[in-house]
Amino acid sequence: MTDSKYFTTTKKGEIFELKAELNSDKKEKKKEAVKKVIASMTVGKDVSALFPDVVNCMQTDNLELKKLVYLYLMNYAKSQPDMAIMAVNTFVKDCEDPNPLIRALAVRTMGCIRVDKITEYLCEPLRKCLKDEDPYVRKTAAVCVAKLHDINAQLVEDQGFLDTLKDLISDSNPMVVANAVAALSEIAESHPSSNLLDLNPQSINKLLTALNECTEWGQIFILDCLANYMPKDDREAQSICERVTPRLSHANSAVVLSAVKVLMKFMEMLSKDLDYYGTLLKKLAPPLVTLLSAEPELQYVALRNINLIVQKRPEILKHEMKVFFVKYNDPIYVKLEKLDIMIRLASQANIAQVLAELKEYATEVDVDFVRKAVRAIGRCAIKVEQSAERCVSTLLDLIQTKVNYVVQEAIVVIKDIFRKYPNKYESVIATLCENLDSLDEPEARAAMIWIVGEYAERIDNADELLESFLEGFHDESTQVQLQLLTAIVKLFLKKPTETQELVQQVLSLATQDSDNPDLRDRGYIYWRLLSTDPVAAKEVVLAEKPLISEETDLIEPTLLDELICYIGTLASVYHKPPSAFVEGSRGVVHKSLPPRTGSSESAESPDTAPSGGPAADQPSVIPTQGDLLGDLLNLDLGPPVSGPPMATSTVQMGAVDLLGDSLMGDESEGLRSDVGGSPAMGGSGGSFTPAPSTTAPTNVGAPLGSGLGDLFDLTGGVGTLSGSYVAPKTVWLPAMKAKGLEISGTFSRQVGSISMDLVLTNKALQVMSDFAIQFNRNSFGLAPAAPLQVHAPLAPNQSVEISLPLNTVGSVMKMEPLNNLQVAVKNNIDVFYFSTLYPLHILFVEDGKMERQMFLATWKDMPNENETQFQIKDCSLNADAVSSKLQGSNIFTIAKRNVEGQDMLYQSLKLTNGIWVLAELRIQPSNPSFTLSLKCRAPEVSQYIYQAYETILKN
Amino acid sequence: MIHSLFLINASGDIFLEKHWKSVVSRSVCDYFFEAQERASEAENVPPVIPTPHHYLLSIYRHKIFFVAVIQSEVPPLFVIEFLHRVVDTFQDYFGVCSEVIIKDNVVVVYEVLEEMLDNGFPLATESNILKELIKPPTILRTVVNTITGSTNVGDQLPTGQLSVVPWRRTGVKYTNNEAYFDVIEEIDAIIDKSGSTITAEIQGVIDACVKLTGMPDLTLSFMNPRLLDDVSFHPCVRFKRWESERILSFIPPDGNFRLLSYHVSAQNLVAIPVYVKHNISFRDSSSLGRFEITVGPKQTMGKTVEGVMVTSQMPKSVLNMTLMPSQGTHVFDPVTKLLSWDVGKINPQKLPSLKGSVSLQAGTSKPDENPTINLQFKIQQLAISGLKVNRLDMYGEKYKPFKGIKYMTKAGKFQVRT
Repeated sequence: MTDSKYFTTTKKGEIFELKAELNSDKKEKKKEAVKKVIASMTVGKDVSALFPDVVNCMQTDNLELKKLVYLYLMNYAKSQPDMAIMAVNTFVKDCEDPNPLIRALAVRTMGCIRVDKITEYLCEPLRKCLKDEDPYVRKTAAVCVAKLHDINAQLVEDQGFLDTLKDLISDSNPMVVANAVAALSEIAESHPSSNLLDLNPQSINKLLTALNECTEWGQIFILDCLANYMPKDDREAQSICERVTPRLSHANSAVVLSAVKVLMKFMEMLSKDLDYYGTLLKKLAPPLVTLLSAEPELQYVALRNINLIVQKRPEILKHEMKVFFVKYNDPIYVKLEKLDIMIRLASQANIAQVLAELKEYATEVDVDFVRKAVRAIGRCAIKVEQSAERCVSTLLDLIQTKVNYVVQEAIVVIKDIFRKYPNKYESVIATLCENLDSLDEPEARAAMIWIVGEYAERIDNADELLESFLEGFHDESTQVQLQLLTAIVKLFLKKPTETQELVQQVLSLATQDSDNPDLRDRGYIYWRLLSTDPVAAKEVVLAEKPLISEETDLIEPTLLDELICYIGTLASVYHKPPSAFVEGSRGVVHKSLPPRTGSSESAESPDTAPSGGPAADQPSVIPTQGDLLGDLLNLDLGPPVSGPPMATSTVQMGAVDLLGDSLMGDESEGLRSDVGGSPAMGGSGGSFTPAPSTTAPTNVGAPLGSGLGDLFDLTGGVGTLSGSYVAPKTVWLPAMKAKGLEISGTFSRQVGSISMDLVLTNKALQVMSDFAIQFNRNSFGLAPAAPLQVHAPLAPNQSVEISLPLNTVGSVMKMEPLNNLQVAVKNNIDVFYFSTLYPLHILFVEDGKMERQMFLATWKDMPNENETQFQIKDCSLNADAVSSKLQGSNIFTIAKRNVEGQDMLYQSLKLTNGIWVLAELRIQPSNPSFTLSLKCRAPEVSQYIYQAYETILKN
Repeated sequence: MIHSLFLINASGDIFLEKHWKSVVSRSVCDYFFEAQERASEAENVPPVIPTPHHYLLSIYRHKIFFVAVIQSEVPPLFVIEFLHRVVDTFQDYFGVCSEVIIKDNVVVVYEVLEEMLDNGFPLATESNILKELIKPPTILRTVVNTITGSTNVGDQLPTGQLSVVPWRRTGVKYTNNEAYFDVIEEIDAIIDKSGSTITAEIQGVIDACVKLTGMPDLTLSFMNPRLLDDVSFHPCVRFKRWESERILSFIPPDGNFRLLSYHVSAQNLVAIPVYVKHNISFRDSSSLGRFEITVGPKQTMGKTVEGVMVTSQMPKSVLNMTLMPSQGTHVFDPVTKLLSWDVGKINPQKLPSLKGSVSLQAGTSKPDENPTINLQFKIQQLAISGLKVNRLDMYGEKYKPFKGIKYMTKAGKFQVRT
């Protein structure tokens, strides 16, 4: 006799029949009837019509029957609120029952009945149950508060249940503590601002004690709650870590991962020199590996998290490569994740193994997986230089298999390898060309066309090859069309004589027969460029390409830090902060890693704000390349502000990058090298919309590449692009110290050259002549580029203004402070010495703009110790003004994001000696203090860069 | 927390739903069905699926999808672990977990689910406790209940629920006191074409069946505890004692439970007990290809390898295989292209082999991929890692229990590439 019989009563009148049975006098019949009702309910049949009859069965001492009726009530009370009231009395009575099981059951069920009228009656029993002598009832009541809060938050607050719940955190029973924490966490999620879970060292201690004794699920809640706590120093962090570490050996993988989260977070605070730090690192690896032997669904979540952990602390799993090797019967979602982690762990030490594996995968059945494996080989080549050769030969082997999609993927990655290691592997081009006909995917076609165009001079029949593509020009995708256009122009510039016809053909196809504005505009640009100034065209189209960066899909560091705080949550599965996707997370509190408190931080300026604190907003930043396009709209270079507006052209710089990158899609080649224009084109008008527009071609101004500056210099068009901030002159050498010679001056930088602007005043009674100047060795090798020329002798009370050009090729010696410059000036009277401090921004060079991907990779690459934070106070500029002001002084904004009302600017600059400095500037509209984080390989300059920022922004 | 649970069978019917908060319409499962359609096989349905208002987390076991619906940020591992626990509980209650069984016991299932979660928070997931709350159905009990009118819902608060040892109920009594421990090790390995090991690791567990009266306190010590550097314990194990003395000290749950699982990683040398010699070549469609595999023992410490089963997924273009095994039986399914060969015991004097020819579909070219050979085997009385239990002692009770320890090695995911 099984329950399946309950499913068979589908005939008409069954409700009627059930009704009769429910009202039967026989207990047994009643129970059977309720069971039938429940069974119908579970499969989604509507049995709500039986409500009054079922509720009538509630008054019983049979616990099973009672439970069944309760189940029914929970399901249907909402649809029959008036009827549900009938049940209230029984509930209230049951809450007084001597059996704790019944008390708990009553309070539990009542909370599940989502009817306002019932909730009112719930308050009194709930209050009693929260203080019940039996912990089982208390723990059930704790959850009930969360239920009630979900139905009527105001009521819960008014009744003071939240405080009672907080008191339960100190309950003597660990299960009650765990449930109280769970309930509070859930309530807190809908109240991000509340301080429901404000923890102090005492409550932490309580939680840690309860952690050892409560159920596995309770441990998860407690650990997640602990992760939000901010220890006051590294000692406290360490002691918490010590007490959490045993959880790593728990059989429940969710407990393990929550413990990993706590440890990863608090580890930030420990000094790397501590023995304990090393021990902890070692302890983290085995549990993570063990997670991979669990069921595939658990593996998947674990792998997504390991992906984050590997990016944050690669050292933990660097020896565990083998556990990520793919088994052929792993589900596809596990395979793809493992592959991703394998690439991240690939290093010179294990690359041989990895490559052998990848090659094996490339012969598997699943197409998606095979493609990703081929791509992975390319990524290995780019990541580990020593392996590049082997990777290329592996890829060639794969091309020989002639499996269509393998060949196509291989060609796409070989293109990237060419970009990374120019002039090394071009010998394989011939093999690639053999496979031209089999390419049918746009990405592979575009890659092949790029290769043909780029190496046109080495491919004898390049023109034929490109011509063959041209035949079906209109059927190609935009990506291929754009690439084909560029490739043919490249070919023409390299072999002008034979290919004139071809280039004309493609230009006319692009400009006249195409509806695609991107293609048309690019066609026009090339056309004009070629017809006005072929030399410039060559410079632009055939310019040397910037190298591509090592890892292309790194998570932006601030986001990574935030995600580390969300290990084990959905956010960690999606690699997005919860604010980006969790519904109803009204203003989720951003989490951030705690700052390291070790001694290594002494370099920080006293103004440094504590960047930690669970409440400190850490915005999320540049997303990965996936949504490049959306991003571009945020990327506003702003017109150059310093320096006069360009006289001869009305070009708008703001439009530029936008056009470029969106044209190219995720083609790694930047516009800079491909698109450009000559100033002559600028004349036609400035009403140019900054989106890839459909403006009629005649109206096209000149969508210039951001490499415009170079172009201008080339053609001698406009030169006043950059003029950095110049401080007013100050007296460097007072007259009384130098026998009547007064020297005041300042430093400036204009169009790439540094100069020292001096005013020499003769305050003595005799004529001065024979001036000469010399610099002592200094930190950046500043030296006069020309002798000091004072043409006429300087008469008494006369002054002369001189601009002394400087270069940075002098001898170098580290000075203290870094920007100290000792100068000797000689005249006919004597030699005088003085020293001055030069502002560092005169050393910021014009090509200090880093590629976005490069920026991400570099930022990640630099150790955290190299990061220093500063506050820039009392600056009322908005982000755009700041960005353009800084750009005037060669501090380039690479990306701008707006997160929760704050503007984040990502900037780069380069010093004359080639040191790159990366900056993150956080601007809150309401707050005149900016936060500046600087990262640099030579952290000692940070202080001076900060001064430069301050000087520029405040003037 | 967990909002709702849907059970979906392989043909895409929702045959059970349970809501712990407000009711979520079953139309939310449409997103799941979409994902299911996209995935080539049921195993490949992604475990986390976002929908506009909810997240669907699913596991696939016993040909049933268990789909949990959540609405807010909840640790996904928590949900997935819980789902697995639900399946384990069903198995524990009904012996097997299948659609038919669940439908047959739908009310018990419903009652159990109600006890397991409250408002989406786990309530009672230990099967010991659950079984006290809701008694598993047995034929005898059904008969007794019908006669006496008693129920299968306990009306006492489960004793373990709040004690310091929640996993054990009080007042346990047995006439035969016995404690059995099974050390079971599974070898996961990938062997490459040439027979060398690419990766090999051991997943070990110690499963226990303890039927002891009262509150026994057990200690279990090993000859070579250093092997166990990566372990996950049942909550009953006292971690401090393990840390300091490498001794497992615990008050056991009553009945069957997993005391410990451990992982011997690739760093340590893992002995590979069998080898496979293979010679597989597909010729182009015109003539027949060759197929030959031989299985032999390698490092078996003198024990017999038995229960050997070889399976291999042949490429799509294979039409048929004509094979002769030297022992055992073999099947090639021309639809799924799965070759399986039930070998049985390996006799080291006469190695089992399977030889024959492969015919490809006319007109297709030589397949690109090489089939991987999947191996299953069992070795009794051997823990391949070398783990050995030293002694088992009992404190806290007076009687003398009967103790037993069994070792076994099995193949886990044991794959040989060709």
